[in-house]
Amino acid sequence: MSVSQAVLQLFQGVLAVAVAPLVLGWLNQCRAWLQNRRAPSLLQPYRVLIKLLRKEMVLATNASWLFRLAPYVVFACMVLAGAIVPLVATDLPFARAADVIALVGLFALARVFMALAAMDVGTAFGSLGSRREMLIAALAEPALLMVFFTPALISHSTALTTIVDQFSNGALQIHPSMAFAAVAFVMVLLAENARIPVDNPSTHLELTMVHEAMILEYSGRHLALMDWAHALKLTVYMGIGIALFLPWGMAHPQNWLELPLALAALGVKLALAGAGLALLETLAAKMRIFKVPEFLGMAFMLAVLGMLVHFLVET
Amino acid sequence: MSSPFVGQVIDLLAALMLLIAFAMLAQRRLLRLIHLFALQGAVLTLNTMVVAVTLVQSHLWFSVALNLVLKVIVLPMILIRVVNRLGLRRDAESVGNLPFIMLVAVVLVILSFNVALPISRLAGTITRGTLGIAMASMLIAFLMMITRRKAVAQVVGFLAMENALFFAATSATYGMPMVVELGIALDVLVGTFIFGIFFFQIRETFDSLDTRSLERLGGRE
Repeated sequence: MSVSQAVLQLFQGVLAVAVAPLVLGWLNQCRAWLQNRRAPSLLQPYRVLIKLLRKEMVLATNASWLFRLAPYVVFACMVLAGAIVPLVATDLPFARAADVIALVGLFALARVFMALAAMDVGTAFGSLGSRREMLIAALAEPALLMVFFTPALISHSTALTTIVDQFSNGALQIHPSMAFAAVAFVMVLLAENARIPVDNPSTHLELTMVHEAMILEYSGRHLALMDWAHALKLTVYMGIGIALFLPWGMAHPQNWLELPLALAALGVKLALAGAGLALLETLAAKMRIFKVPEFLGMAFMLAVLGMLVHFLVET
Repeated sequence: MSSPFVGQVIDLLAALMLLIAFAMLAQRRLLRLIHLFALQGAVLTLNTMVVAVTLVQSHLWFSVALNLVLKVIVLPMILIRVVNRLGLRRDAESVGNLPFIMLVAVVLVILSFNVALPISRLAGTITRGTLGIAMASMLIAFLMMITRRKAVAQVVGFLAMENALFFAATSATYGMPMVVELGIALDVLVGTFIFGIFFFQIRETFDSLDTRSLERLGGRE
């Protein structure tokens, strides 16, 4: 591991953490525009985070160490994920440490801690939220793994760096199976990040909330960390989507001159992804919680179909 | 244009066909279903066009024109009109056990891929990889006809099956003879008209478009 690689790795990790609230702000702005509302400022998520960080923290009397530990674990998991996923450069030291399957495990670790913490205080909402989250996660996780297997089959590797290198450096090749994987990935992204057809991120209505119900008991800097981790998770998911389906324009760690271009490419891609997500969320209606297994079952089957198409057409 | 790249484009369009077939199978809303059918027609037209351009098959241009006019414009228009007249714009039907139907569809895909694999290994056409996909889309459209209860959705399933058949013909032998193609096009057009009339008849008799009520007819005497 050379110094330049380490610096670049650090830069990418910090970038992911710093840019995550901006991505969320951009998404909210697009949604507001599409829904004929006056948009909040792009920097609104930062203001909310700063406000929450300054506020006093209120803890339930029976909250255990688990409740206090969970925000840090969740945030740390997401920071690590942000360092692993190639956002601006490939072949970073962290990327070699963990492949996509480990990444899925990392998300699962964060989720388990969040669900346990939500149950820890013992309110009805917390356990309701975590049960729903576990229902969704149990179905989204295999679908996500199946989505990863298609590009892994094509590039003969489960490491994201290798996949990106394979897709962006070789001759332009169209993989029909990736169309299936992309649709399935978007469905999983919506479910895993508590976006609209599955969960509504801006509601506190007890009948529908999933993610919000889990973090209902948090306040002050714990809540700030949870919210930040949530924004980071969305950014990381977008980063995975970009790495798998639009990998062009990434820098190599040996070549610093590519970095500005890679940053610009990342900005454009994230802006497009955010706008697209906002459009999807505006067009879709929130579905009943019992329809979610059907939705994710579809995602799983599409991912399987992608693999089948790969075997039929591309080998 | 390089040949492998064109082959990949054709494969991609074929995959889109299959994707749309799955979307149609899962779609509950009638209007969306018709939009998806039009989209499938558009993909089919594009695919035929790519084959026609690459292989300089002039007779395929007729099918391109026929497809564009019939399956992308005329048939969806007729169907939307019928749906409007019947007051079904917001109609959504229950599709039954959707996950199970999807599983059956995946099994059908595996089956048709397996059947098509030896055939496409023998074939020397540029479109050989897509035969399995065409068969799969056909079987899925057939499955859709079986699982739906409302007459309009069944007709859309029938038309989607015709789409897939046409696609199979393009991928296996670069299209059918002109006479056959024209005959099928006319059949489909006239068929849709007749179905349109039937919709009104069925509803007048039974007060619904549920084709299960047709089963009662025999037991009356």
